[in-house]
This record gives sequence, structure tokens and C-alpha cells, in this order.
Amino acid sequence: MPDTILVVVEQREGKLNRVSWETLAAGQALAAETGWTLEAAVVGSGVANFANEVAAKKVSKVYAVESPKLEPYTPDAFSAALKQFIESKQPKLVLMPHTYQVRDFVPKLATAMGRTAISDCIGYKKEGGKLLFTRQMFQGKLAADVSFTCDAPWFVAFQNGAFRGDKAEAGASAAPVETVNVQIADGVIRNKPQEVFKEAKQAVDLTQAEIIVCIGRGIKEQKNIELAKQLAEALGGELAASRPICDSGWLPMDRQIGSSGQTVAPKLYLALGISGAIQHIVGMKGSRTIIAINKDSEAPIFEIADYAVVGNLFDVVPPLIEEVKKAKAGP
Amino acid sequence: MKILVCMKQVPQKDAPLKLNESGAWIREDVSYEVNEPDAYALEEALRQKEKHGGEVVVITSGPARAQQVLREALAKGADRAIHLEDNAFVGLDVLNTARAFASAIKDETFDLIFTGLQSDDYGYAQTGVVLAELLGWPHATIIMQIEKSDAGIRVKRELEAGYFQFVDMPLPAVLTIQSGINKLRYATLIGIKQAKNKPLRKVTMAEVQSAVSGNLQKIERLYVPQKTKNTEFLEGSAGEVAKKLVDKLRNEVRVL
Repeated sequence: MPDTILVVVEQREGKLNRVSWETLAAGQALAAETGWTLEAAVVGSGVANFANEVAAKKVSKVYAVESPKLEPYTPDAFSAALKQFIESKQPKLVLMPHTYQVRDFVPKLATAMGRTAISDCIGYKKEGGKLLFTRQMFQGKLAADVSFTCDAPWFVAFQNGAFRGDKAEAGASAAPVETVNVQIADGVIRNKPQEVFKEAKQAVDLTQAEIIVCIGRGIKEQKNIELAKQLAEALGGELAASRPICDSGWLPMDRQIGSSGQTVAPKLYLALGISGAIQHIVGMKGSRTIIAINKDSEAPIFEIADYAVVGNLFDVVPPLIEEVKKAKAGP
Repeated sequence: MKILVCMKQVPQKDAPLKLNESGAWIREDVSYEVNEPDAYALEEALRQKEKHGGEVVVITSGPARAQQVLREALAKGADRAIHLEDNAFVGLDVLNTARAFASAIKDETFDLIFTGLQSDDYGYAQTGVVLAELLGWPHATIIMQIEKSDAGIRVKRELEAGYFQFVDMPLPAVLTIQSGINKLRYATLIGIKQAKNKPLRKVTMAEVQSAVSGNLQKIERLYVPQKTKNTEFLEGSAGEVAKKLVDKLRNEVRVL
């Protein structure tokens, strides 16, 4: 019997998280390369429709792992349910998207099973018989190929955007769906989560902006933000920031781009004084054109920039504003 | 409130990194600093102590140089420190590091354990969650706020895209702390002086050996990432670069 790859998709607040299609695409690629069987599971209460949605893709079987105690999400319940399920099905490889929810429970699940998880992977390699999982280290400055030196099941979480969700192939016909009821004993769940909410009102929807000027720590002081603001205005774009700027209170949180802020893919993304930390990059790597200005030639942002300026933003931005204004004023 | 803060020393943010001979790690001749997310975890612990009384203990695992992180924490107001100092601790994977911590603190009675949400060198975001499972404690991750409640604590969990969630939890518990939860303090001169007399307990591998095993995962190789983008570097004086940029914006990007 071939080994199995199990993709655990994510559902939240009544919707399948779209990043799940990326994980499924990863599973399909791995299945094709290893010859292993691909299966999927969705975890929750009343998740049959999600299972059916996944069953339309090219996958051998889909499981709905059910218990009323799985709603709302808690790490205790999800870990207990998946431990039971994985122990009975014994997949070789368990794939998940590296979302905040997965980060909250997969290390617990792996530890409970005496195993380990390789998190935030951007790809994989097959060398001889060995599977290696690639991930970024040192905030993107270096990459690492990591292997498992323990028995299966092996837990892997893929970074947002590491695979393309639109590459998840549809199946020739719907895959069989099986409901698996799991038992979660009283006293297992210790956290009591309240309703999910959005903080205050979002004054600006950066996902709608065609042009974004984003500032990072390189802006040095709050008063320098004015310069970036002028550039954004000259270009007709929106001002945004990496997390440290928002943490300092220099710009409101709704201007944040990154894993805990907004994810954007504008026509033009201009990064000023941004090093390119992973948590920021995941929020903007889909931008059509990326221009980066940073005085550190080793800054990871230059890995993904289309146009790069290794220089002091305080020298470059003022003449840039002038040239932009001139260009817009017409011939 | 007795709080343990797990802290890590990592290469400085702008330190130029070089691969070592084996190609599986970096050369250690760089400057180090505290992992910034852990600084937020420490700050939060100190604030909780200021509000509710108690004790803040800091722990790290690493070579002799990692003691600097503990000294700085003591200078900021932590009460005591634990250093798992032994070359054998270097290169332990996340599961074994957490096992070593759990073993080192087995005779303590903490109410809370904080870690930063992830480390700037590995970026796994796992240590806190693994530790919670090993201890059999509840946990919550990416925490932006902690309030004491009758039943334990109420925490504010950060979710993606600007969403949040409050969670009620019993104690003891493990929390991974998000940056921006607070503003970091500086150590005062008095604090630095007082730090010299605060207890710092060293733990050797022999003391926790029975708790750890061989690593379950291995970095086979480390390398400079392959570029997939064809980056065009624009050079010249500031004025020249500005003109070149506008040329690209007009003709290639077509936003002017």
C-alpha cells in the first residue's frame, strides 16, 4: 500500500480558508512526485459542505472530522481530534497552511504524538528517497533545507503564497467523502474563546489601492513619515507600513501590511527603508511591480524587488517626489 | 504572579551572515542581541509584576554569550535567571529545547510562562506551544493583552487581517506574546547595578539529559536563497536615480 499524504484544510467562521487550496496544490505536487496517495480532511462541527467542496478537487478521499466540541476552534479540541484521526489513518505526511490557527495547534499536536513539525516552508525537494522542506531563516537572509529524522507522521506547514491555489487541480469526478466522528472527553478543552471581532473601523482598505508606498524601520523617526506621505500623494497612492512602525504608534494598525495586517497585491509597491522580514513579505509579495529603496545591499527585500535602489531614502525620495510631480504635470 | 519568560539570543538584525564550513549553520563571529519578540514578552511580564506583584524569572539556552540577554533582563527588573549553558544545548531542535526547559523548571511553580511569538533566526513560532503540551498546560498564541480574571486570565488573541478574539483561560498557562503589546523600557543605571547581585542559576546538559533525545528534524544545509526575480539595480546620484525611477514608473509600470 502506498503511503498517504493528508492535507488538513482550514475552515473558519463558516468559510473554507482560500489558502487551503495552496496546501492542496502542494499535496498534489508531492503526491505526483512520490507516488503516494493524497487525502484531505476538514475539522470542525457540521463541516460536510466543506468536505464536499474539497472533494471536487483531485484527491483520493476527503474526511469530515466531526465533533460538536470542535466549534469554536480551540487548540485542545483540534489537537485531540487530529491525534485520534491521524493515529487511526496513519498518514506519512500531514500538510497544513501556516496560518495563525495552525501555528496555535500543530506544535501541540506534533508534540502530543511524539513528533515534530517543520513550519513556514516555502517549498520542498526530493533528493534520492529523502524529502527535504525548504524554509527561510534569519528573516529571509538564508534558506534551509530541513529533513525529518524521526518516524512518520511528519507535520509540515506551508507559508502563504508558497504554492498557487489556482494550481489545485480539479478531480475527474467527486472524491468519496467520509465522516469520522471523534470523541473529545470532558475536561480536555480548557480555553473559552469569545466571538471574533474586528478592531474599531478600518479607515482604509489597502487591498483596493493600486499604488502603495510602504515605510519600514528605515524611516527612523516619526517626523520623517511626512516625506513618505508626500511621495504617496504625488503618486496618487496610499501610505502603508511594516509592523514595527505600527507597534510604535506612528501609523494606525489598519495601515499595516504583513501576516497580521493586510495582504495586498497592488500594481506598484514602493518599499522605503523596509528590510524584507518574512512576516512583512507574505503580505505583499504578490504585488505586480516592487520597487525597494534601502541602504543595506543585503536586505532580503531586494530578493523580490523588480527595481532596486541601494541608497539612502532621505537622499532619493525628495528628488523622486519632484520628478514624479514634473512627470504628472505633463510635457 | 510568578512568571517565567523564555528568551533567546539571536544574531543582530543587520549582522552580515556567513555560512560555516559544514554549510549547516552560520559562522558565530557576528554580533548578537536579544530576540526582539522576547523583549516584548519580558516587558509584559514586568508590567504584570508591577500590577499584581510576584516574581519574574528569565531563562535561556545557549553558549556563554547568551548570558548577556539574561543580564539585560535582570537589569530591566527580572528577579532571577536560569541559563542552560552547555555546548550540547546548541543545535537542539525545538522539541528538545522545550524538553530541556521543562526539565530545568520542574521544581518551580510558575503561574504563567511567556515566550516571544517567534525567533528572528529560526522563525518556527513553536517553542511556547510545545512547552505547554509538555507541561500539560493550556496555551494561547500571538497575545496582545492579558487581564487577570476570577477564573484565571482573559487574553486578547491576534488573528489575521485585523481580527481579534478574547479567550478566557485558567492558570497556569503558556502565552506567546506579539510585538506591539507594549512599549519596551530601557534598563536604568540602578537596574544594571542591581542585576549583578541577582541570582543566576546555571544548568548543565547532565542535569536535564534524561529529558532530551536525539533531534527529530535536521537542517541538512543552509544557503543563500536562489533569486527567482530579475532585479534591476538603478545606480547613480540621487537625482539620476530619481529620473531613472520615474522613467520606469512611466514606461514599465505605467502609473504616470
